[in-house]
Amino acid sequence: MSDQQHTTLVIGDRAYETSLTKKFKQRKPYAPLDPKKVLCVIPGVIQKVYVKEGQRVQCDDPLFLLEAMKMQNDVLSHLDGVVMSIQVQVGQMPAKGQVLLEFE
Amino acid sequence: MSLVHKKIDLFRRKDRVIKGGGQKAVDKQTALGKLTARDRIVALVDANTFHEYDLFVEHKCRDFDMDKKQLPGDGVITGTGMILGYPVCIYAQDFTVAGGSLGLMHARKITKIMDHAIKLGIPLIGINDSGGARIQEGVDSLAGYGEIFYRNTRASGVIPQISVILGPCAGGAVYSPALTDFVFVVDKISKMFITGPEVIKTVLGEEISMEELGGARVQTEISGNAHFFASNELECFHQIKRLVSFVPWNNQKKAMSFPARPPKHKYDIERIIPAEPTKPYDVRDVVNAVCDHSDFFEVQKHWAANIVVGFARMNGETVGVVGNQPLVLAGVLDVDSSDKAARFIRFCDAFNIPIVTFVDLPGYLPGVDQEYAGVIRHGAKVLYAYSEATVPKITVILRKAYGGGYIAMCSRHLGADFVFAWPTAEIAVMGPEGASNIIFKAEIAEAPDPAAMRKVKVQEYTDKFANPYVAAASGHVDAVINPAETREYLIHALEISTHKNESRPARKHGIPPF
Repeated sequence: MSDQQHTTLVIGDRAYETSLTKKFKQRKPYAPLDPKKVLCVIPGVIQKVYVKEGQRVQCDDPLFLLEAMKMQNDVLSHLDGVVMSIQVQVGQMPAKGQVLLEFE
Repeated sequence: MSLVHKKIDLFRRKDRVIKGGGQKAVDKQTALGKLTARDRIVALVDANTFHEYDLFVEHKCRDFDMDKKQLPGDGVITGTGMILGYPVCIYAQDFTVAGGSLGLMHARKITKIMDHAIKLGIPLIGINDSGGARIQEGVDSLAGYGEIFYRNTRASGVIPQISVILGPCAGGAVYSPALTDFVFVVDKISKMFITGPEVIKTVLGEEISMEELGGARVQTEISGNAHFFASNELECFHQIKRLVSFVPWNNQKKAMSFPARPPKHKYDIERIIPAEPTKPYDVRDVVNAVCDHSDFFEVQKHWAANIVVGFARMNGETVGVVGNQPLVLAGVLDVDSSDKAARFIRFCDAFNIPIVTFVDLPGYLPGVDQEYAGVIRHGAKVLYAYSEATVPKITVILRKAYGGGYIAMCSRHLGADFVFAWPTAEIAVMGPEGASNIIFKAEIAEAPDPAAMRKVKVQEYTDKFANPYVAAASGHVDAVINPAETREYLIHALEISTHKNESRPARKHGIPPF
C-alpha cells in the first residue's frame, strides 16, 4: 500500500513528486556476486563438511552435504582454489544466500 | 408408510443434514467471527431465492472407520439463487462438517454445480472454508481437486467466476481461487498459502504466523492473489453484490444497463490535473469526474497501486477502467502493475466490457530488481492484452505519454478505436530532459555553461514536442479535447461502438507471455 507522504522519484532524468510503495522501499539494492564466496542456494541442514580450511579443491569437488527439501544435495565447488574459511558447521541451518565458504 | 409419514420422514432427514456439524462446531465457527456456510449463502443471495441440491449426498469412504461416520452434505452446500435479480450458482464449504475437508463426493457436488453454471451460462460463486484434502479418502480427494481445477479453466472467460475465502484455503485448494476471476478475502478470517507455517518452520527454520504468511492483508497488498479486502463477512458480501452488478451473466451477454446518472459536482475535471507534469494527483478523481454518479468500483485497490483498474458506468453501461496513478511511483509500469492491468483487460475483453484507458506515465520503473524479475516479460502482457482485445477500446491521454509506456497504454497502434488527448498531453519519444540530454549531448557538453545550455535545450524540446499536436498531426490522436468535454466524448464513442465486431485470424489460442 502506498503511503501518502510525497517524495521524489527520478525517471528519464526528471524528478517526479509521488509516493513510494512499501515494496519499492523494501527492495534490495543490487550487490554483485563475489566469486570467492560459496552461497547457500536453498535453506537446509548441513550434514557433512567435506573440506578443511587451507585445502586445495578443484571445480566440481563436493564441499558440503546439504539436506534440503528431503533431498541430500552435494554443494560443489564452482572454481579451482584454496579454501580460506568455512563459515558453517555440521547441524547448522543456513538461510538462502548465506555464505557457506570463502576461497583465498 | 402414509403420505404424511413420508413427508415427516423427509423433514426429519432434511433437518438432520441442515444442522451441519452440530451445535458445538457451529459455536466454534461463530466464535471466530465467521458465519456458517448456510448463513453465508442466505446473506449473499436475494431473500428466499436459494435452492439447495444434493443435500443427501454421502461419502463412500470405507477406510479408517469412515464408514461409521456421517458427514452431512459431505461438508459442502450447493445450489442456485439470485443476486440483485441475477441468477448465480453457489457452493459453500461447511467447516463445521469434518473441517470442510474435501472428499470425492464433496468435490462431485462442486463439479456438478460448476457444470450447471457453465451449461446455464450464469456466474459461479465459490465460498471456500476448508482444512484441505480429506486425508482418509487419499488420492480420490486429489482427483476431486483436479476435476474442480479443470472446470475452473474450462469456465474461464465463459462465465464470471468468483471465489470467496472465508477460512483456511491451503495447499492444492488455493488453485481453484487462483484460476477464477475475482478473489474476495476478509480480515483475520481468510488464510491462503501453498505451504503453511508448520512446514516452513520444519523445512526452513523460519517462524511466521498464518496471518503474516497468507492473511487477507498479505493477499491483497503483497502477493496480489486476492482482489477485494473486507473487514467482515457482511462487507465482503456487499462487495460481491456490487461486482455482480457490473459484469454480464456470461460471455455471450452484455452487462446489465442502469439508468444514466451525471457525475457528482465535487469532482471538477478542470481542477484535478496540475499543469506541472512532475506534480501528482489522484487519477481516480478523473474517473469519478467522468463516470456515472462518480461511482468507481476499484479492483485490487491495495496492490500495485501505481495503476488503477476497476469498473464504472458511462451513460448506464459498464466500462472497464485502466489508469496510470501519478500518486504512486509516479504512475510507472512495472512487473506488478503490468500483471494487474493485463489480467483486468483480458477479463473485460472476455466479457464484452469496453475498456477506457487514462494515460499519464513517465515510462517503466528502472531498476536491477525489475529487470531480474522479468519486467520485459511482464510488461509484454499489457501489450498483448490490449492488442488482443476486440471490445471497444477508448484512450484518453491526460498528460505524460512517453516512449514504450505510450505505446503500451492502449495507443492507436495497439488497436485503440478512439484516442483523445487533453491539451496538457505530452506525447513524445521520451521526457524533454532525457531527450535533450541525448539529442543535444555535444552542444550541451561544449557550451561554456553546460547547465544553462541544457536548460535552453530542454525548453526548446518542451516547446516543440511536449504537447499532443505532433501526435495529432500524424493522426495517432483523433481529437485534442477540452477536459470538460471528456465525458461527452467518451459516451459518444462508446455509443457508436456498441456493435463493434472485430475478428481475429482463426487459431486455437494465442500464447500470451504468462
